[in-house]
Amino acid sequence: MKPHLRFEDVTCRRGGRLLFEGLSFALGRGEALHLTGPNGSGKSSLIRLAAGLLWTESGRVERGELALADDGLALDRELPLLRALEFWGGTVEDAMDALDLARLARVPVRLLSTGQAKRATLARVAASGAPLWLLDEPLNGLDSDGVARLDALVAAHLARGGAVLAASHGPLGGRWAQLELGA
Amino acid sequence: MIRALIARDVRRTIGGAAWLPVGFFLVVATLVPFAVGPDPRLLERIAAGGLWIAALTAALLPIERLIEPDRASGVLGQLTIRGISEEAVGAAKVTAHWLTFGPLLLIAALPGSFILGIAPAALGRTLVALAVGTPGLAALAVMVASMTAGLPRAGALAGVLLLPLAIPLLIFGAGAAGDPESGGLLLEAAVSLLIVAASPFVIGAAIRASRT
Repeated sequence: MKPHLRFEDVTCRRGGRLLFEGLSFALGRGEALHLTGPNGSGKSSLIRLAAGLLWTESGRVERGELALADDGLALDRELPLLRALEFWGGTVEDAMDALDLARLARVPVRLLSTGQAKRATLARVAASGAPLWLLDEPLNGLDSDGVARLDALVAAHLARGGAVLAASHGPLGGRWAQLELGA
Repeated sequence: MIRALIARDVRRTIGGAAWLPVGFFLVVATLVPFAVGPDPRLLERIAAGGLWIAALTAALLPIERLIEPDRASGVLGQLTIRGISEEAVGAAKVTAHWLTFGPLLLIAALPGSFILGIAPAALGRTLVALAVGTPGLAALAVMVASMTAGLPRAGALAGVLLLPLAIPLLIFGAGAAGDPESGGLLLEAAVSLLIVAASPFVIGAAIRASRT
């Protein structure tokens, strides 16, 4: 069975600084990997490499269909939340229910708080139906209810045979393999 | 997805700043008679050139909102993740920008021609020349927007980049408006077509290069 994401001997250099080298791992069905490491150790770079938004210095990255939640909101600020999410398609209403965003459906994106905006980016990922989720600091701005809802979403996604790669300083619920960068 | 992207860009512009370049175009066209005096014979001779200068400066106005907001908020990255090539995004951006820029500019060119006192005989070919030039101008604007996205002082830099690149359009376009026998219209059409055809590749490369 082909994994959802595979890094083979990947080296990443940003601005002349070596972040990591010879990194290999694979994420298959139902697998979750928690990236940790100090600030600047290359967690976000690894996620952007996995997403295909950066090129490796050497090595190979194989990926299937994926969805990314990082600090880019990527929603039209003047639109109501529901319509802004619908631009990206998928099962938007289910995802909004799962993150308790249904009551904000008609609120313009520009009025959302930090935590609500974070929930919206997670809803975009949950709605996408992609087998691989890449989450860059998914806990930023989330309250305890939001964290619990994210944990439930991730658990359901893994149970369906999906895979999750998350970079976070905080603890994530459920069973995660750990990968520490910059150690 | 590409059609949705074009529709989204058009909707956002019409809901926002679509009339700004047009208003700017008319203001610049109005400045010409104030600057050179009201002599109708002089104005008639320079009218087509005045309209073109106004069109070029109006093309600068929307540059900062064409690419940068989508780069900063992550829309461009999300499109790439969904398997849409940067070139296709570039083509969509050019199409959407032309749809909100070209037709409105041509409508504004009618009162603009009146202000500058263009001879009725020359009005038709002036508008045709402007119409042929607008796709090239729109594509240039999106190209320059993609090359300056995320840079400090992008607005000023965009002006320094766009205006020299627009010189061939200006020469042939103003020439076509002045003398129907000059063949300027065909050359202008060729330049406009070349710019439009090259723009998706330039924009695609610029978007990839701007990733950090």
